[in-house]
Amino acid sequence: MPLLEVENLQTHFRTPDGVNRAVDGVSFHVEEGETLAVVGESGCGKSVTANSILRLIPEPPGKIAGSIRFRGIDLLQLSDKEMRRVRGNDISMIFQEPMTSLNPVLTVGRQLGETLRLHQRVSRREADDRAQEMLQLVGIPETKRRLDEYPHQLSGGMRQRVMIAIALSCRPKLLIADEPTTALDVTIQAQILDLMKDLKSKVGAAIILITHDLGIVAEVAERVMVMYAGRKVEEAPVAQLYRSPRHPYTQGLFGAVPKLGSSLSGQQTKLAEIPGVVPSLKQRIAGCVFASRCAMATDLCRQSAPALEIKAPGHFAACHYAPKEALAA
Amino acid sequence: MTRPLLEVNDLKKHFYLHSGPFGAGAATVYAVDGVSFNIDKGETLALVGESGCGKSTVGRCILRLFGITAGQVVLDGKRIDDLSAGALRPLRRRVQVVFQDPFSSLNPRMRVRDILAEPIRNFRLAKSGSDLEARVERLMDVVRLPRDAVKRWPHEFSGGQRQRIGIARALAAEPDLIVCDEAVSALDVSVKAQIVNLLHDLQQELGLAMLFISHDLAIVEHMTHRVAVMYLGKIVELAPKRPIFAAPKHPYTQALLSAVPVAEPGAARQRIILKGDVPSPINPPKGCRFHTRCPYAFDRCRTEEPPLRPTAAGHLAACHLHDLPAAQNPLASAA
Repeated sequence: MPLLEVENLQTHFRTPDGVNRAVDGVSFHVEEGETLAVVGESGCGKSVTANSILRLIPEPPGKIAGSIRFRGIDLLQLSDKEMRRVRGNDISMIFQEPMTSLNPVLTVGRQLGETLRLHQRVSRREADDRAQEMLQLVGIPETKRRLDEYPHQLSGGMRQRVMIAIALSCRPKLLIADEPTTALDVTIQAQILDLMKDLKSKVGAAIILITHDLGIVAEVAERVMVMYAGRKVEEAPVAQLYRSPRHPYTQGLFGAVPKLGSSLSGQQTKLAEIPGVVPSLKQRIAGCVFASRCAMATDLCRQSAPALEIKAPGHFAACHYAPKEALAA
Repeated sequence: MTRPLLEVNDLKKHFYLHSGPFGAGAATVYAVDGVSFNIDKGETLALVGESGCGKSTVGRCILRLFGITAGQVVLDGKRIDDLSAGALRPLRRRVQVVFQDPFSSLNPRMRVRDILAEPIRNFRLAKSGSDLEARVERLMDVVRLPRDAVKRWPHEFSGGQRQRIGIARALAAEPDLIVCDEAVSALDVSVKAQIVNLLHDLQQELGLAMLFISHDLAIVEHMTHRVAVMYLGKIVELAPKRPIFAAPKHPYTQALLSAVPVAEPGAARQRIILKGDVPSPINPPKGCRFHTRCPYAFDRCRTEEPPLRPTAAGHLAACHLHDLPAAQNPLASAA
């Protein structure tokens, strides 16, 4: 049984001008100890998917349908009280902007201790000791002094380390990281990615990494799921996806990103453009969601939505024309 | 040899913080602390570095969005840093800017037509009313937006389209130099490629010079002719694109390049992970500003500041390592 199994997730928002189908029928799973990356551009539904897993979507105007089974239990059926026991304990989350996700008027020690005391019923002293341990684990020097400091006294990289410490303090089985390094500078990003890789082997949590940076995916993830306009368009093991992306959108994404070292190979080509813009999610799209921007689109694409099909072992794509490898029966 | 379009000589910009009664705790932020470079006609110079290194401040000094503390900014042989606002006005036409956030840099109460017509009118570029309309339409063509979109409001456009309007507005004044301050950073991958290609084409068609301020090294490598790397208010390395990406001559550049995640699963490479954070520009370290994080720092770095000087033809770097014999210089072997 996979650690997390999401089936036909639909998260819709009611708005004054129609229903926004932010996530529209997405299914995926995460194995124990695995790192799954969710890639896509803004508005593709990747963050809404993450927030839906922890039921952080305000209802109404939001509405989550489908099933999200964590170790066999459907999280969507739990009461609010039961759900609170899951959040931060079995499943925890790191957000993009560490300044807005830490409470500015509480010390670092208080915030770390709060999670521990709520979920693990430890004494204040024990919580303090554990908090110090966690800070050490995420590589913050002078842990004793840091416990009494406030978030504004820390740098961006340090704050993100504190967020990671809080997220890991109860030894969760699943960590959801929503663009954890987007707000950070590249040298600090390298530190945090390194830390996440290191901690993964120490703590053994599975990770869902949400990002738009294909470089980060290549370095951290084992499996990748590509989202576009609220749907999953491709999924594959990371090496396989980078070697032979099947969906035209994924191919477009790879072409649109300049590679470091491009000037050294001598020839510099123009970046591939994906023409047009992402369609509005407020209208129901009959055919393939990417048809309006796809160079290969035909009438078939505009009329019927392609199902997610297996194209090679472990490699799925939702495209009528994506080449299929001969599969051994 | 012809004169460069823009010369920046030993530019300094300090901000003074006043906090507490009677200015107690007043401090100086050394945002830009002695920066020199040139930009030739039709050339792109990229200014790269992490947040707080002063790269945007340099851009704003050139645009004279604020006065400078010391140094010179020379446009086409004429000093512009000490001109009065009135005397500067006609020169403002020649240096235009594209900002990062296309949502806050367009006036939401002006139609696209008026946004584009304003600089044309300000600088009296149009000969007649019909010339003005023709110029606005031509600008829309140049940035590849439909002509009938001039009647619409900024909020009706997507981020990428708004950035096109921002570019068209900069071009309306017929500038010689465009400062792009993180002009593509806020855009999504697929849209970013569209705007990068557009800027690249425009530069070649119109022969524009560009100061391309960015933290995205892969985009910079794609766009630029030369690169200046900044750290804590100083340029630490300045070189043409190829040598700097092939064999950086400053440890900071080296670390910066190695920190960029590469979109190749399982790629074997050596990553230099810098320890700690960038020190505060209020109290920059003595000696070389990078010595607190430099993996190769030795005693001299802690006391003496290295000057920016040539290490190869056209390749400037500010690092004491280049005084050491080649065998002891970890940056020499990289070439």
